Amino acid sequence: MKIVVAVKQVPERDAVVRVAADGRSVDESDLAWTMNEPDAYALEEALQLKERAGDGEVVVLCAGPERVQSTLREALAKGADRAVHVVTPEDGDNALMCRDTLDVARLLADAVKGESPDLVLTGLQSDDLGAGQTGVVMAELLGVPHATLVLHVELAGAGIKVKRELEDGWMQHVEMPLPALLTIQSGGNRLRYATLMGIKKARQKEMREAPAAAAAKRVDEVLKVSPPTRVKQTEMLTGSADEIAAKLVEKLRFEVKVL
Amino acid sequence: MSSNVLVVLETKGAGWHRMSFEALAAAQKLSNELGMSCSAVVLGEGAAIAPLAAELATKKLNGVWAVGDSLLAEYTADGWVAALQQLIVETKPKFVVLPHTYQVRDFAPALATRMGEVLIGDVTAIEVADAQSGPFFVRQWMQGKLNAEYRHRSEGGVCFLSVQAGSFRADAVAPGSAEVKTFAPKLDAAKIRTKPGEPFREAAQTVDLSTAAVIVSVGRGIGEQDNLKLVEDLASALGAELAASRPICDAGWLPMERQVGSSGQTVAPKLYLAVGISGAIQHLVGMKGAKTVVAINKDADAPIFEVADIGVVGDLFEVVPAITKAIRG
Ligand SMILES: Cc1cc2nc3c(=O)[nH]c(=O)nc-3n(C[C@H](O)[C@H](O)[C@H](O)COP(=O)(O)OP(=O)(O)OC[C@H]3O[C@@H](n4cnc5c(N)ncnc54)[C@H](O)[C@@H]3O)c2cc1C
Ligand SMILES: Nc1ncnc2c1ncn2[C@@H]1O[C@H](COP(=O)(O)O)[C@@H](O)[C@H]1O
Repeated sequence: MKIVVAVKQVPERDAVVRVAADGRSVDESDLAWTMNEPDAYALEEALQLKERAGDGEVVVLCAGPERVQSTLREALAKGADRAVHVVTPEDGDNALMCRDTLDVARLLADAVKGESPDLVLTGLQSDDLGAGQTGVVMAELLGVPHATLVLHVELAGAGIKVKRELEDGWMQHVEMPLPALLTIQSGGNRLRYATLMGIKKARQKEMREAPAAAAAKRVDEVLKVSPPTRVKQTEMLTGSADEIAAKLVEKLRFEVKVL
Repeated sequence: MSSNVLVVLETKGAGWHRMSFEALAAAQKLSNELGMSCSAVVLGEGAAIAPLAAELATKKLNGVWAVGDSLLAEYTADGWVAALQQLIVETKPKFVVLPHTYQVRDFAPALATRMGEVLIGDVTAIEVADAQSGPFFVRQWMQGKLNAEYRHRSEGGVCFLSVQAGSFRADAVAPGSAEVKTFAPKLDAAKIRTKPGEPFREAAQTVDLSTAAVIVSVGRGIGEQDNLKLVEDLASALGAELAASRPICDAGWLPMERQVGSSGQTVAPKLYLAVGISGAIQHLVGMKGAKTVVAINKDADAPIFEVADIGVVGDLFEVVPAITKAIRG
């Protein structure tokens, strides 16, 4: 079974984000980067599927500038066999940030076509743009069936049976033929760490660079990005830890009345 | 019956998904401010949706579409995309509004793609500056740390948008009367590629957080499993139930049944004390009903402070033990 996993590189979760000078994007100059969290679960599910089947190949795929290779390397260190890097320029009209979801999905789908995998996995949502769409758009572009919010995948006859999350704690099984695309929700597995051996091996693994097509005209447009204006009046408690604690306990006792 | 705004409502069991009427309120607002007509659509098996369509006929709408077919008896992305695409081609709306539910996440991006469009998803606000330049839509970036304003710009194309839970008020839906029309899509069973199973629940829940009066909830700021002792101590000093954000349960540090949020429990305690939780929307929807929210976070810009009544900007490893000590006297 050949599986392609799309992993996105996103800013570290605790990153302090600033609006760029153009007022329409994020200032990337001081950011530290990491693998998008659900994508790490997608990679884990792919590695486990391969391990259970006893053979197969896991190819990781990312579109972005040079920096994303660190995330692809991390995936290789965890056990992916190969990486494909769709290289977009650092800035200008063809940069990743200037493309809409349809265009990014097109870049990824084109790279997938060249691989003809049995299964494509993506994360369900990116932590930076939070579109939650790229996987489903890719499925449509590739003409394959899909399921979203998937926690677990098993082979069933010639196809697959997946467990997906519904709202309010409900689950559902869905069956479909292969090839197919699944968007993976976090939490289905425990994530593995890269071992020293894995990190060493990763240096020898193939990282293919593919040029990105020129950006298509955007369907939507980002006009402005800004920090949200706070509407709620939050009473901030300040002082040393002990002073804060004393103030809070007083409030909990006399205002909130839970003590 | 050509309408400029079409709102897609979602059913659940024999009734409505709770977000359907929030989407309807958003669509009414959009059509009002743009001076456009507004129609609603409900999909399903014909007899099952008839009473729901009849209920919609009592709302301020220019029409209600009942899209019925036996192949729509249960939800599939393929069925929904095909049926809605046909209705959209036939009725030519300029805007299609949907609730940002799990089901919408599953099919709407494919529907938009099939029509050469992009869904503007998880919208928290709709602003109409002037009818000329068209509306813009606010959605969150970086898990709520930034707001981004989007505009649709493909001339003549359909603008698809889905609205975030809790962003529009279901009770703002205006009453009125509308005519119900049926629409029979041409569906082919062979083109529905997925076979959905019955919804089920995993283990029975043994903790019911929904009735807890005091909740101490912990997020990834706690760093390591071994540090959980800090919040357990605080919870026991307060006589509180312990809850968590999703990553804590994903990692197996606390059982799933203690997760609060859109894919966990919905709680409404007297006090919700959030420790090291950033305040992503999927978490907030589960705890916004709390009477008093206290947030402890080292990041002054964390979105959790948007809903907090009392805030502490600081290191939880200093503040939490101090609070436990102060309660214990
Ligand atoms: C479809 C879907 C469903 C989801 N369902 C849920 C759900 O039901 N429940 C849920 O919670 N999430 C859910 N999520 C995930 C959600 O989007 C967030 O990723 C998650 O809530 C983040 O958890 P967190 O706040 O604990 O972690 P983070 O976002 O990593 O936040 C950690 C916070 O801790 C603070 N911090 C770090 N160190 C310290 C310190 N020493 N002292 C004080 N503060 C510190 C940081 O400033 C940061 O704000 C869902 C996501 C999707 C896409
Ligand atoms: N530039 C990218 N490179 C690789 N994968 C991506 C990229 N953008 C999005 N994805 C995948 O699509 C998923 C959903 O992203 P989004 O639609 O932005 O929320 C992510 O979890 C990734 O798996």
